[in-house]
Amino acid sequence: MIKNLLIIIALVGMVIITIPLVREYQTPKVISGVAQDYVELSASKLNIPNTITAIVVTFRGLDTLGEVTVLFLATAGVGFLLKSKNTKKTKKRAGSEILKTGSAILTPMILVLGVYIFTHGHLTPGGGFQGGVVIASAFLLQIMAHEDFKFSHHLIHFTESISGFSYVMIGLAGLVILGFNHFLDPRWLELGKWGSLFSAGAVPIIYSLVGIKVGAEMSSLLNSLKEDGGDE
Amino acid sequence: MRDMIVISVLSLISIIAAIYAVKANKLVNAIVASGVISLIASIVFLMIGAPDVAMTEASIGSGLTTVIFLYALKQIKADKEDKND
Repeated sequence: MIKNLLIIIALVGMVIITIPLVREYQTPKVISGVAQDYVELSASKLNIPNTITAIVVTFRGLDTLGEVTVLFLATAGVGFLLKSKNTKKTKKRAGSEILKTGSAILTPMILVLGVYIFTHGHLTPGGGFQGGVVIASAFLLQIMAHEDFKFSHHLIHFTESISGFSYVMIGLAGLVILGFNHFLDPRWLELGKWGSLFSAGAVPIIYSLVGIKVGAEMSSLLNSLKEDGGDE
Repeated sequence: MRDMIVISVLSLISIIAAIYAVKANKLVNAIVASGVISLIASIVFLMIGAPDVAMTEASIGSGLTTVIFLYALKQIKADKEDKND
């Protein structure tokens, strides 16, 4: 009783604190400061229609590299934690007929959608992270439908390492070709025609690598969770 | 104005889902309710003009996180059964 009362008092207090913020908030009509530069430079210097991608891959490229590293560490941690447990084989239930048939139709479509999302990251909304997770959901569908579905751990770790390595190498290529202060600068490749698939320098390549890496990481995460420890 | 009403209704649903997630007796229901919150958040992001964030929220927040929680719940249950044996 007294606990609920305290919770209600705390919630009401938070509402009272945030009321001035909400009341004074107005939707900004003009973009200002650094945002103005992002919008102008992504079109004029980088040739990228999707400003979000320009910010994520280029202006804040180091943050994206850090994010990918954090994701890798998290996946490695989960794999390590689950591996140390006893690997007792539990009996698994087979997926139903509807799930099996549906997954056979849907999996190729989902894979194509995922690849589309990360290769068109610089043109349309979406990018490496979203596309990678969509690809992982295709693998999830297979894992759920077929109780003995397996994919090679070595292959998936190899894919993940190669794409992460290539990402850093592309960043270093900017440093080598364009000179100092150009780490992760995609302009060492041709900028191409505005709005075409092969444009905006190395941005589509970087986002494809990020997509493959995230997809491989998420798939191996789901696989190690499902396998109850995994048998490498 | 119409957007405002829709966003308000969606926010109300997500608040109800949040309260339900805290109060639910079964953990499975709580996990599904938290997935509903992410789904509604992604719709709101789309309506206020942030499709990139909406895609992330829909795929990671309501898709993958829910599945990972469910798998984790299954593992916890398996552990408990091991101890009872």
